[in-house]
Amino acid sequence: MIDKLSWIAVYPEIILLVMGCFILLADLWVKSPMRTLTYVLTLITLGVVAVLEAAYAMGGQTFYGFGKMVVVDPMGGWLKCFSAIALMASLVYGRPYAYDRDMLRGGEFFTLSMFALLGMFVMISGHNFLVIYMGLELLTLCSYALVALRRDNATATEAAMKYFVLGALASGFLLYGLSMLYGATGSLDLNEVFNAIASRQVKHQVLVFGLVFIVAGLAFKLGAVPFHMWLPDVYQGAPTAVTLLIGGAPQLAAFAICLRLLVEGLLPLAFDWQQMLAVMAIGSLLVGNLAAIAQTNLKRMLAFSTISQMGFLLLGMLSGVVNGNQLNTESAYSAAMFYAITYVLTTLAAFGVIMLLARAGHESEEISDLAGLNQRSPLYAGVMAVVMLSLAGLPPLVGFYAKLSVLQALISSQQTSYLVLAIFAVLMSLVGAFYYLRIVKVMYFDAPLSPVHPIVAPADARVVLTVNGALILILGILPGGLMTLCAQSISSIVKTLGS
Amino acid sequence: MGLLSLAIWTPIIFGVVLLAIGRDDQARSVRWIALIGAVVSFLVTLPLYDGFKLGTSAMQFVEKGSWIARFNVNYHLGVDGISLWFVLLTAFINVVVIIASWEAITTRVNQYMAAFLILSGLMIGVFTALDGLLFYVFFEATLIPMYLIIGIWGGPNKIYAAFKFFLYTLLGSLLMLVALIFLYNKSGGSFDILTWHKLPLGSTIQTLLFFAFFAAFAVKVPMWPVHTWLPDVHVEAPTGGSAVLAAIMLKLGAYGFLRFSMPIAPDASREWAWLMIALSLTAVIYVGLVALVQQDMKKLVAYSSVAHMGFVTLGFFIFNDLGVSGGIVQMIAHGFVSGAMFLCIGVLYDRVHSREISSYGGVVNTMPKFAAFALFFAMANCGLPATAGFVGEWMVILGAVKFNFWIGFASATVLIFGAAYTLWMYKRVYLGPVVNDDVKNLTDINAREFLMLALLAIATLYMGLYPKPFTDVMNTTVSDLLVHVAKSKLN
Repeated sequence: MIDKLSWIAVYPEIILLVMGCFILLADLWVKSPMRTLTYVLTLITLGVVAVLEAAYAMGGQTFYGFGKMVVVDPMGGWLKCFSAIALMASLVYGRPYAYDRDMLRGGEFFTLSMFALLGMFVMISGHNFLVIYMGLELLTLCSYALVALRRDNATATEAAMKYFVLGALASGFLLYGLSMLYGATGSLDLNEVFNAIASRQVKHQVLVFGLVFIVAGLAFKLGAVPFHMWLPDVYQGAPTAVTLLIGGAPQLAAFAICLRLLVEGLLPLAFDWQQMLAVMAIGSLLVGNLAAIAQTNLKRMLAFSTISQMGFLLLGMLSGVVNGNQLNTESAYSAAMFYAITYVLTTLAAFGVIMLLARAGHESEEISDLAGLNQRSPLYAGVMAVVMLSLAGLPPLVGFYAKLSVLQALISSQQTSYLVLAIFAVLMSLVGAFYYLRIVKVMYFDAPLSPVHPIVAPADARVVLTVNGALILILGILPGGLMTLCAQSISSIVKTLGS
Repeated sequence: MGLLSLAIWTPIIFGVVLLAIGRDDQARSVRWIALIGAVVSFLVTLPLYDGFKLGTSAMQFVEKGSWIARFNVNYHLGVDGISLWFVLLTAFINVVVIIASWEAITTRVNQYMAAFLILSGLMIGVFTALDGLLFYVFFEATLIPMYLIIGIWGGPNKIYAAFKFFLYTLLGSLLMLVALIFLYNKSGGSFDILTWHKLPLGSTIQTLLFFAFFAAFAVKVPMWPVHTWLPDVHVEAPTGGSAVLAAIMLKLGAYGFLRFSMPIAPDASREWAWLMIALSLTAVIYVGLVALVQQDMKKLVAYSSVAHMGFVTLGFFIFNDLGVSGGIVQMIAHGFVSGAMFLCIGVLYDRVHSREISSYGGVVNTMPKFAAFALFFAMANCGLPATAGFVGEWMVILGAVKFNFWIGFASATVLIFGAAYTLWMYKRVYLGPVVNDDVKNLTDINAREFLMLALLAIATLYMGLYPKPFTDVMNTTVSDLLVHVAKSKLN
């Protein structure tokens, strides 16, 4: 028997599901080529869901529903709230772009995004291997379809194929790993798995064997080296609006399942997975930063930048447990959470600018397309500069505090090896600063290419972009609130570990 | 809102307003707003000098409020005898620089003026921050406007210079960031600089911290052999950028030695003083010789800056009152004089568009008023008595002789080399017959240029004739700092 409270816990998800179906049907009667009604309905739904999730999160309660299959806790609430907002921004930026490329026909653009968001929600609140996996599949299936939405476009179709094949492989890895753990511990529930492992009754070898596959699956979703191959091709090949849909909000969900699986489920194996993450983090920082230097395509450069940023995020994840001591967990995982949120915030603005500069028949995705942007539009150039400097980790922008918290988590572990990792990360971010600064250089120091086309963008996109850029700066001057929010979210998880 | 907050945020707010409303077709009003902003920002720093209490080394005008609660970071500001003059100097130079750029900058005037105003606020923030992270945020943030100033309004090779400037200084400061976080953990969760001063630290840790700070500050000063970015950047930067860079930005590094390296790692500072002295003397002597053979006026003054800053770090690391005070006085004096030297080059460059010494000759015949100013600043640059340049150099040399006669002897050669390269440049550019039509067609400085050079000349002369207000402010702080540094912090 399912109690009423469980239904209340998943209320936002239900709204999302119902409205997704409703909008799919309602769209049949929408005649406007810009799909204004569908668009507005979608935004309203997302807005309502975001507010609901924020309200849940502010309650600060941890609640398990459906026989502990789902969990509602502050971290989940905030991540869901932010992913709904991120999706709203992505749709606002993406609509004119998608319209120019004939992707709005049929309204799938909106409904697929909503179902993808539903998948993210399920991933974020899943407290059970199968629920998490189902959410992941819902998200990725929608993403495959979204990438292939421009079916006449050869590069988009190629990207979709590549994404599908590799994504399916990664899902297979993850599922295989989960089944190994299920076989070893006899449970799908995260807490029970945690306790089973902590009791040391289960054979370590089997657990680590399963763990390897789980980490590989997660690394694929995050885009960490050596499972990063799909990322540049898909980022570049997909229509930019879809690139943002798969590179923005889903990173929050990917972070959430990393935390749910590795921390809530497998923290007793931390010694093993921290080593794997360390190798991947070093690889990601190296490959991401060095390969980004060589790129001429802006989307591809941002893809490699994502890989390097994920390396930093992994550094935060891996510094939680020191010599079996869990004192550092809160600082480490809240640093990673802060990193994920601010990364999504900056990514939104980056792709937002790329889309607003694009026009029918022209993608504006080469770095050279940005030449002299400051003369054409100081506002867009300003937003892009803020994004780049934030990704480079310069104060007073929010990216600096993300890097700072991760470095602090590493150094507070008092381990020489982590100190060395911190110095390595710092040196790599110096390399990163070079290619981020190159974008600033192109926009501010170079002359515009001729002929200069006027930049036309609808008012809603302009306003959202301005707010987005301003937020990167404002959160850079006053980062305290978001940091506390992350710390509180994580501490409520750390408190309930294994219970 | 306290006076220090006002000093930091007034120029920044003016800058942001200019960015938001300024347009290129209203360049005139943009310039006036910028000038008003700079003057107001300077005026709000004056009460600091007026209200400053002598005879104490405690921080004054302290403001403290929680900024990032999670990491116990505070918005903590204050000035002592070391930092007070740099707040005023920064605001003063900013006024001069905005006057200097009045006609030279015609494109994107609002962004140019905004960059300087914001930069000035950020640099005051560096000098007044008493919280390690706040200091770092200001310290790093100054890179962004300077990068844009060099890259947008710079010379032909500006992009190379802008990147070199940015990446060079970023490398140093990133290592310092690791050191700051390390200190935060070591001190049990505090970014307070004054707490760090009292924190006992082991010998190895002190050495590591000393070199992490060294990486940040030595690049910024810049000390030999990491000075190579400075000539490249000076040559390409616009006049205003060069003036601010030489007058204020280099001081951020030297200030860092006084605020971080020496009090936080006193044992390591004493242990490695020989290295600092050796590098400083190399800068004084070797770079002085390098300056002698430069063909480009800006490069020459840039190398002369390196040599003069070598003098400053030499003064710091001989650990006596005269040396440290002399170093600080030299920093202030160099702020006036090097700023003025770059502005003089800018005056010529605006007219002839060349910085080569060989393009000039006999300028005194066509620009007598300007040549008089240039002679005065050249004299100040070689440390002629009664100019600001003399006081600091004299104090440092006295201090060095007290410390070790031969070091004092070697450092005194700066007077010879300084005179040689400055006066030789003056002779080649200004004296003699008119060499070409460019020089023949020169017009003497107008009222605006006269005003900006006169402001700096008055300051230089005043400081040279009556340095007491400057040294009085710093005496107590410097002697207390030296007492602190003399004590071992080893545990």
